[in-house]
Amino acid sequence: MQIGIFSVGDVTPDPTTGRTPSEHERIKATVEIAKHAEEVGLDVFATGEHHNPPFISSNPTATLAYIGAKTERIILSTATTLITTTDPVLIAEDYAKIQHLTDGRVDLMMGRGNTGPVYPWFGKDIRQGLNLAIENYALLRRLWSEDVVNWEGKFRTPLQGYTSTPRPLDGVAPFVWHGSIRSPEIAEQAAYYGDGFFHNHIFWPAGHTKQMVDLYRRRFEHYGHGTAEQAIVGLGGQFFMRKDSQAAVREFRPYFDNAPVYGHGPSLEDFTEATPLTVGSPQQVLERTLSFREYVGDYQRQLFLVDHAGLPLKTVLEQLDLLGEILPEMRKGFAEGRSPNAPEAPTHASLVAKAGGPHDTTVHAVDDVTGHRAEELAEEVSA
Amino acid sequence: MTTRIVVVSAGLSNPSSTRLLADRLAAATTEALEEVELTQVELRDLAHELTDHLLTGFPAPALAAAIAAVREADGLVVVTPVFSASYSGLFKTFFDVLEAGTLDGKPVLVAATAGTARHSLVLDHALRPLFAYLRAIVVPTGVFAATDDFGDTGLQQRIEQAAGELAALAGKVQSTGAARARRTVEDEFSEPTPFEQLLRNASGR
Repeated sequence: MQIGIFSVGDVTPDPTTGRTPSEHERIKATVEIAKHAEEVGLDVFATGEHHNPPFISSNPTATLAYIGAKTERIILSTATTLITTTDPVLIAEDYAKIQHLTDGRVDLMMGRGNTGPVYPWFGKDIRQGLNLAIENYALLRRLWSEDVVNWEGKFRTPLQGYTSTPRPLDGVAPFVWHGSIRSPEIAEQAAYYGDGFFHNHIFWPAGHTKQMVDLYRRRFEHYGHGTAEQAIVGLGGQFFMRKDSQAAVREFRPYFDNAPVYGHGPSLEDFTEATPLTVGSPQQVLERTLSFREYVGDYQRQLFLVDHAGLPLKTVLEQLDLLGEILPEMRKGFAEGRSPNAPEAPTHASLVAKAGGPHDTTVHAVDDVTGHRAEELAEEVSA
Repeated sequence: MTTRIVVVSAGLSNPSSTRLLADRLAAATTEALEEVELTQVELRDLAHELTDHLLTGFPAPALAAAIAAVREADGLVVVTPVFSASYSGLFKTFFDVLEAGTLDGKPVLVAATAGTARHSLVLDHALRPLFAYLRAIVVPTGVFAATDDFGDTGLQQRIEQAAGELAALAGKVQSTGAARARRTVEDEFSEPTPFEQLLRNASGR
C-alpha cells in the first residue's frame, strides 16, 4: 500500500490573517512539503497542473525533477497531468527524462482539466476534452513502447519516423493512472489498457467514488487484465488533525468556511459526513481512512490533500508530522484482512521485473543515405 | 400500471398560492389517471441543499432523492411563482442542477402564480423555452393563476384540461418506454460504451 500526498498548488489567502503568500513562497513551500513527506515516511508526492492564477503548478516537470534531486526515495507523481492540452510528444519526453534522472521514481496520472478558457490558450477546445484524452493517450503509449512511430490523428501534426527520446528507463514506461471524478469513459479507458484508476474522492460523496471504481474493476476484468480484485485503484483523502479533536475543528473551521472549492456552502459538519474529509484526532483520521476499503475494496494508493485553502506552511508540516506518527498503524490497518489477491501498486522495479529485467533501449540514429550511425560520424570527425 | 407523477413546487410562503395550485393540479392529474404514484417536491425545503449543490457539485440526500424521483417520473407538474417577469431563481436552480438528458422526452405541465394576470405570458415566454431547451414535452395547456383566479371557475376548467393532457401523455410514455435520445451518465455506468468505440469516436472515424 502506497500512502502519500497530492498538492493542487493553490495560492490562497490565509483567512485567519488575510495574508496571501507570494508565488515564490508557495513554490518553495511545495518543495519543503515534498521533502518533509519523505522524511515522515510517505511513499508518494504528486503535484497538480494548472496554467492560470491562483495556482503555481504550471511546469510540473521542473518541480518534480527538482524535488527528485532533493529526495532519495519518494515516488514522484502528478495529480493530474493534462493529457488534453499538453502535447503527448512532450509528455513522452519529459517523463522519460525524469525517469532517468530519478532512477525510475516517477509515475503519472492523466486528467482532462475542467477550466474552459485554458483549452484555447493551448489551441484546443474543451468540448473535445474526452476525445483529446483518448487520442493523445493512445499516441503517448506508442511513443513509449515503439522506437519509431508513424502516426496520424485528428488533433496533432502527423509524425513520420519519429523517435521519442530518451527512451523509457530500462525499456519500461512510467506507470500511468487515469483520474476522473464522474466520467465513466475514463474508467473505461483505464480498464482497457490495464492502467491504474484514481478517484479524487475528496469533495464527493462515497457513492460517486464507489460507482466509478466498481465500473473500472468490472471492465478491467472484462478486458482480460486479471480479476476485478487485481485492478489498480487509488483514492484521494483530506484531513485536518490535532491531538485534541475539538482543537482540530476550531483551528480548521475558518479555512473550511473560506476554502476555494467548498467554502460558503455546506457546514463543516455536513461536509465531513458527506465526503471523506475528516477533521479531528489522529485516531479519527486513522479509522476513517481505513474505512474507505469498505466501498472500494482493497486498493493500492492513498493520497491526501494537506496543503490548500491557505493553510500556512508550518501547519502543513505539522499535519505531515501527525500523519507520520499514525503511518505505522495505518499500514498495519491496511494490511489486516487484505485479500491475498490484491496486488501492490506497480513501481519501476516491479514493472522491470515483470518485463524480464532491464533492457537498454537507447535508439542510435542511422543516416538514411549513408547508413552511418550518428556517433560513428562523430568519431570520424574527431579522428 | 402505475404512473409516476412528480409535482415540483417553488412557492416560498407557507401555505403559498403556488402550493395551492400545485395541489389542485396534482389532484386533477390523479383523477385523470388510473393508478398514480404521486411525489411532491417542495423546493423551499431544498433551498439550502440547492445552494450547496451549486457550490459543491453534488446533491445532499434529500435533494438527491428529489432528483431521482424527477428522473424516474413518467410526468411532471412544475409550478413557480412569477418573480421579476420570470420563474423564480429557486425554481430555475432546481432545473439547473439536473444532469443533461434528465428531462428528455418527459411530459411536463407548466404552471405559474402571480399577483396579477399581467404576468400570464410568463408561461409561454419563460417556462416553455426552458423546458424546450431541456427537451421535455410541454403539454399544450399551461395553467396560470393570478390571485383573483382562485375565486373563478375558469381556473378549475384549465386545471382539468391541462391535467388531462398530461395524463394522456404520461400514460403513453409509460407504455412505449420513454424515448431517451441522449445517453446519460447513468447509461454509461450500466452499459459502458466499449473503448474501441470511444477510440473511433475520438479520431472521428
